[in-house]
Amino acid sequence: MSTLKETIQQQIQCYHCGEPCPNERISLEEKKFCCEGCKMVYGILNETGLCDYYSLNEKPGISQKIKARADKFAFLDDEKTQLQLISFRDDKQVHVTLYLPQMHCSSCLYLLENLYRVNNGVLSSKVNFTRKEVDIVFLTAQTSLRQVVESLTAIGYEPYISLHDLKEKRPAINKTMVFQLGIAGFCFGNVMLLSFPEYLGIDASETALRGIFRWISFGLAIPVLLYSSLPFYISSWKSLQHKFLNIDAPIALAIIITFIRSAWEVINGTGGGYFDSMTGIVFFMLAGRILQDKTYRQLSFERDYTSYFPVAVSVLKDEQETPTRLPDIKPGDTLLIHNEELIPADGILTKGKAFIDYSFVTGESLPVLREMGELVYAGGRQTSGNIEILVVKEVTQSYLTKLWNKEEMKTDDADRSVSFVHLLSRWFTYIVLAIALSTAVYWQLNDPAKLWPAVTSIFIIACPCALLLSNTFTNGNILRILGRNKFYLRSAQVIENIAKATHIVFDKTGTLTSTREQDIVYEGKWISDNQEQQVAAVAACSGHPLSKALTHFLEHGRQVEVTEFRETHGHGIEGYAGDDQIKLGTYEFVTGAKKENTGTAVFVSIEDQYFGYFLFSNHYRKEIPALLQQLKGHYRLSVLSGDNEAEKTTLQGLLGPKATLLFHQQPEDKLNYIKNLQLKGASVIMIGDGLNDAGALKQSEVGIAITEQANNFTPSSDAIVEAGQLSRLTRFIALCRANQQIVVASFVLSIVYNIIGLFFAVQGTLSPLIAAILMPSSSLSILLITFGSSSLLAKRMGLLPGKRTT
Amino acid sequence: MSVILILLIASISVAAVFLIAFLWGVKSGQFEDDYSPASRILFDDKPAVPKQTHRITKTQ
Repeated sequence: MSTLKETIQQQIQCYHCGEPCPNERISLEEKKFCCEGCKMVYGILNETGLCDYYSLNEKPGISQKIKARADKFAFLDDEKTQLQLISFRDDKQVHVTLYLPQMHCSSCLYLLENLYRVNNGVLSSKVNFTRKEVDIVFLTAQTSLRQVVESLTAIGYEPYISLHDLKEKRPAINKTMVFQLGIAGFCFGNVMLLSFPEYLGIDASETALRGIFRWISFGLAIPVLLYSSLPFYISSWKSLQHKFLNIDAPIALAIIITFIRSAWEVINGTGGGYFDSMTGIVFFMLAGRILQDKTYRQLSFERDYTSYFPVAVSVLKDEQETPTRLPDIKPGDTLLIHNEELIPADGILTKGKAFIDYSFVTGESLPVLREMGELVYAGGRQTSGNIEILVVKEVTQSYLTKLWNKEEMKTDDADRSVSFVHLLSRWFTYIVLAIALSTAVYWQLNDPAKLWPAVTSIFIIACPCALLLSNTFTNGNILRILGRNKFYLRSAQVIENIAKATHIVFDKTGTLTSTREQDIVYEGKWISDNQEQQVAAVAACSGHPLSKALTHFLEHGRQVEVTEFRETHGHGIEGYAGDDQIKLGTYEFVTGAKKENTGTAVFVSIEDQYFGYFLFSNHYRKEIPALLQQLKGHYRLSVLSGDNEAEKTTLQGLLGPKATLLFHQQPEDKLNYIKNLQLKGASVIMIGDGLNDAGALKQSEVGIAITEQANNFTPSSDAIVEAGQLSRLTRFIALCRANQQIVVASFVLSIVYNIIGLFFAVQGTLSPLIAAILMPSSSLSILLITFGSSSLLAKRMGLLPGKRTT
Repeated sequence: MSVILILLIASISVAAVFLIAFLWGVKSGQFEDDYSPASRILFDDKPAVPKQTHRITKTQ
């Protein structure tokens, strides 16, 4: 019966955030909450009449279990910092844009746009949901930047302000291509309409009208030539400067030649020109380009350590805590690092016990203990109370940032790989030039009058536009499909690089394993339920990750009184649960005797009697064994870990005997390993999650950053994948492989059109009507094929029916 | 048939107005966020509590 009661208890969800409530004690007006924080947010919303927040979505709140400390935003009182963060200021108002990664639903939108009710000084707050930003305007007379940020934190939306925001603003979206597309579309549509009389035949008596139509078409084609086609001119010019002929060069040439030929005809009154084909092709190709260049604006593929570090930290001057911006920290300053805060600079520990979590920086899964007088490196997160550090190096000189900068300099900045499309188009161009040359020679000998019409027609009809179209549309579609599956690529080139990969390298901590959970197995004397509760109660008093995992594992339900609790960092914890003394910790702590090579284990004694131990091992994400099984056959696999070798046998079992496993890897080791592989000719996909993988991610052909939640910090990479979707990796790779085949198939189809067109062109008999039919029909058929086949393929792989993601 | 000329001028002018509207809309950032406007219209306006009568104004 008691277990039934416990299960019912666990069903009660917090009214605010939906997490299970441990007990029924925290409540307000008949509604239950999981913690005081959630209750407080509800209180605020209730008072200000904003309870629609809860009616718009189910349990929309963000868990408030971990609260920001009171003075966290004290640094926002500093003038210099404010100036760098705000976007506009005058006597009365200040405009600021804040990034709120927690935004996820319409309730958030509702609440944030009603911010003025929570903080009277706020005039307006406009949300940009795709970028997860809110633009706030507030009155300086009534409130300050710090208070606005604190109001946001109070309702559960703490802005993410990092060192990066001091350096530069988030980049604005480039809309030029959309303008170019709009103008091209407008001109294309109108020129098409005006060209109909040419096709359908117009009376000789109406030649004046025909002339007018032609001139208007001419006029409409000019903005397309001069403005909308700019991307092609610029791109081909840039590549020509590198002595490389890319796909945009023949296209630019075709556009210009078509315009000149058509203008000549209209001015001389000899014909109607091909303005409709020209504007049409520009329009379709721009559309393809825009589809392909789709960016995920709320993600960033370019993060460096400044996005990870906070803006300011507390410096102790004569016992006073002064928030100081990170760039202003000098060697010799004493920093006060609070619990759960990042250590921003290398320094020597002067006070407190440092228990630092370096998992993001070095990959070690357990926190490291440092004693007074020892050097602590920047980048780790302090997990057990406040400490004081004497700064030894500036923030930009710390080991971590130097690592980062060193790697940036080592690897190439430009995109080294060239799309196969450019190579294909080059062959195409040479063939067309050859045809043009031979046609010119032929007509020169037989009927010189036909030379110019024939040669220009060749260039008009035989442009590799079809190739560009099929490439851009397929890429765009695949990028979109992958994005719906929460696999975000930085650019279309990454698709090809994924398809070419031969070798996959994994990081261990946080990538193959989930840092949030541990697998725990108990070995030793039988332990009763009651005793388990006592152990759990004592473990619950400690903040050590192993203790927290233990509490969670034992499912601490009932409250057992714990007295005389004591924690000896690095060794163990003890306390009296009820009447029994419980000791948890290392073998030496619990029994007094030494023991070697215990692995990660927590030993237990109750009333000084040794009972046994809880063995911890990494919790592998549940999709990993199946995924590795699928990948084993096709790729060479490796695992590089910054952690110790405890997991070696498990990993070898999962990956097979041919895989390479390396441990104790420093970030440079990982980078060098990948370089070695590349020297041997391999094309590498690296999958990692932390700063220690940053160099390797950059060096490999494809660097994939894995994250638990898409808005978390991820190191600079070519792609970001959400952890839960990693199991679909084989299907993602298959889709990328198919990309090339689809593009080639549609290109072959377009060649058929080209041949038909060329048939007329070489004879010099290419009429505008024929051109006008061929161009759109080839474009449309290519569009249909590329979109159709990539979507069909995705559907068959089960990648398609994704719900809309942000 | 020369009335077609007047028709042409009229229709191109109207189309140009739409083009300008499109360009202006893109420039002012109306198409950047396609989720918020859809949700925003569904929110109820609460009767104004006396002291808080600030209208939400568009900032950009």
